[in-house]
Amino acid sequence: MISKHKNEPEWMLEYRLKALESFFEKPTPQWGGNLNDLDFDEIYYYIRPMENQGRTWDDVPDDIKNTFEKLGIPQAERESLAGVGAQYESEVVYHSLKEEWDNAGVVFMDMDSGLREHEDIVREYFGTIIPADDNKFSALNSAVWSGGSFVYVPPGVHIDIPLQAYFRINAENMGQFERTLIIADEGSYVHYIEGCTAPTYTTNSLHSAVVELIAKPNARIRYSTIQNWSHNTYNLVTKRAVAQENATVEWVDGNLGSKLTMKYPAVYLTGEGARGEVLSVAYAGDGQHQDAGGKIVHAAPNTSSLITSKSISRGTGRSTYRGLLKVHEGAVNSKSRVECDALLLDENARTDTYPYIEIEEKKVNTEHEATVSKVGEDQLFYLMSRGLSEEEAMAMVVNGFIEPIAKELPLEYAIELNRLIQLEMEGSVG
Amino acid sequence: MLKIDNLHAEIDGNEILKGLGLEVGKGEIHAIMGPNGSGKSTLSNVLMGHPRYEVTGGTVTFMDQEVLELEPDERARMGMFLAFQYPSEVPGVSVANFLRTAVNSVREEELSIMEMYKLLQEKMRIMQMDPKFAERYLNEGFSGGEKKRNEILQMLMLEPKLAIMDETDSGLDIDALQVVAKGVNELRGPEFSAVIITHYQRILRYIEPDHVHVMLDGRIVTSGAKELADELEDKGYDWVRQEFGSAAQRKATEGAGMPEDRTIQELGLDEYKFGFHDPRSTSSRPREKA
Repeated sequence: MISKHKNEPEWMLEYRLKALESFFEKPTPQWGGNLNDLDFDEIYYYIRPMENQGRTWDDVPDDIKNTFEKLGIPQAERESLAGVGAQYESEVVYHSLKEEWDNAGVVFMDMDSGLREHEDIVREYFGTIIPADDNKFSALNSAVWSGGSFVYVPPGVHIDIPLQAYFRINAENMGQFERTLIIADEGSYVHYIEGCTAPTYTTNSLHSAVVELIAKPNARIRYSTIQNWSHNTYNLVTKRAVAQENATVEWVDGNLGSKLTMKYPAVYLTGEGARGEVLSVAYAGDGQHQDAGGKIVHAAPNTSSLITSKSISRGTGRSTYRGLLKVHEGAVNSKSRVECDALLLDENARTDTYPYIEIEEKKVNTEHEATVSKVGEDQLFYLMSRGLSEEEAMAMVVNGFIEPIAKELPLEYAIELNRLIQLEMEGSVG
Repeated sequence: MLKIDNLHAEIDGNEILKGLGLEVGKGEIHAIMGPNGSGKSTLSNVLMGHPRYEVTGGTVTFMDQEVLELEPDERARMGMFLAFQYPSEVPGVSVANFLRTAVNSVREEELSIMEMYKLLQEKMRIMQMDPKFAERYLNEGFSGGEKKRNEILQMLMLEPKLAIMDETDSGLDIDALQVVAKGVNELRGPEFSAVIITHYQRILRYIEPDHVHVMLDGRIVTSGAKELADELEDKGYDWVRQEFGSAAQRKATEGAGMPEDRTIQELGLDEYKFGFHDPRSTSSRPREKA
């Protein structure tokens, strides 16, 4: 049905149908957060909001502009946001691309356009990193996907300015199933960055994206996300990357809001000398469960990896670090480090750590470190004695805690991350 | 400026302040001296509104306003400041960033980034601090001396009307002590009052007090001019206990005196060269509770 509406090729229709079967077959996972209240019949799978995609800022509807305004994206930045793709109610309404990227042969468009205009590339890579039947939610996404980004960077091309996709879902009861595929050809570099914020709805909604990254030999991909979902959104995302010989993949992942987030960005190090990094930060407020972490698989010699995970829990919020570090036999001299730090803002908040480590090779070097800290009465008193209100003092401690991750983001996103956390802490959303 | 009347306060059910009274006029510098366990730190925490202490009686007015019901940040915005004995670490927050937030929250009009930068540079010069210091994370990995300098830097930036200094001199070598004193003297004037809480008379050589009070067992037991500090230095706190302490306290001081009861001359100054690890000040907290 969706496929027909979009005039997709036959192979995609078949792919969707097969994926749907596997979605029905697979049981709902029970190992992580509580998914029992999620009713798949209560979700809209596709909403088409507008006839045409906007090409310029003026084409963007006023309410979306207001949202940008409310989020405090500086005017100067909006001007330079030539590369912004804004996803609104499942379709990209605003999407323009800097000319220099066009000239360099870089492809950056929404996934639907990618399928139409670059069918051969899409067909070659789509679903190769995350097969449809990987898990129940990748199957669901594969069946009903809509929107997302398609990026191809030709060999040797370095894109200095991050590709930015800013999107926001806004319709009642809408499932968001965007599909993103990024291919960095040999020796290229790209930083893709997205921020998502959703306002509050009345019924539970589901966001289930699939993101596939392919870094060919000597390429480097950095993928940064800041997500702030409405408090009744289930955010169940499958993100996985392959790093070939001497390639580097870095996930920078900020998770806010949502009722339950389950997300473990993965890097498969398949080529000798490849490097993978996952930097993640999660904020679990009242009634929220952030079940996040990272997965690294060392499948080649001399590979290295780093997982840094920071979580903040407040009220009845719960944050879980769940990670996998796997070293296959033969991945000699691989090095890895896992570091997870949890910050509890009050007595009721909860944090758990599930670091799975599977090592099949002897000649490796792995480290794991976990810390839990609490915001102390003395710390708050100290800051308040300098004129900061209790909320400001708390926000300052939290911002300091996530600083190691915020500093990896471009300045405006770092500021946005801090501001979003502050908004969450004030208990006001959207 | 500040008026404390019959103040009673307790922590974890133990009464520490037992009817303390003190009046500090505009532009005056007062020193409160007392042995460990006399309630000095409790007094400074209660004045600034630490939530762990419970005020069980009495009043504190600052600029004719009752402050005991106010939050610490409200007191700060009125112009009260506490230089901490043990300032907390805040990882990930730079000194500059923290000061910008703090200064803007106590000022009526926000300073621009440039104005803030200039002000900070100026005050850091006074405190003989490396400009790079501003980029370090607040108190994280600071030496004892750096922490104390940083407290005074904050005071200079916030320009309070009343500063309470909780053993700012403890653990400082003589050079650092002079810099700290310089910072305080910088603010000295008809609009600035200070309460310097200390165990030792040493700091009062550099910051000359208008009045000296001796604190014992949760009360001010005697007050005088700056000469009182010299007298205390000569005679030690045992003398205070003998003169002003309760019968029970007098008995406690008989026999082996606690090390902190000795005068500074007896101890010598050598240990100060080792910086901030002053064993007596770190052990003072549990004793206060007892």
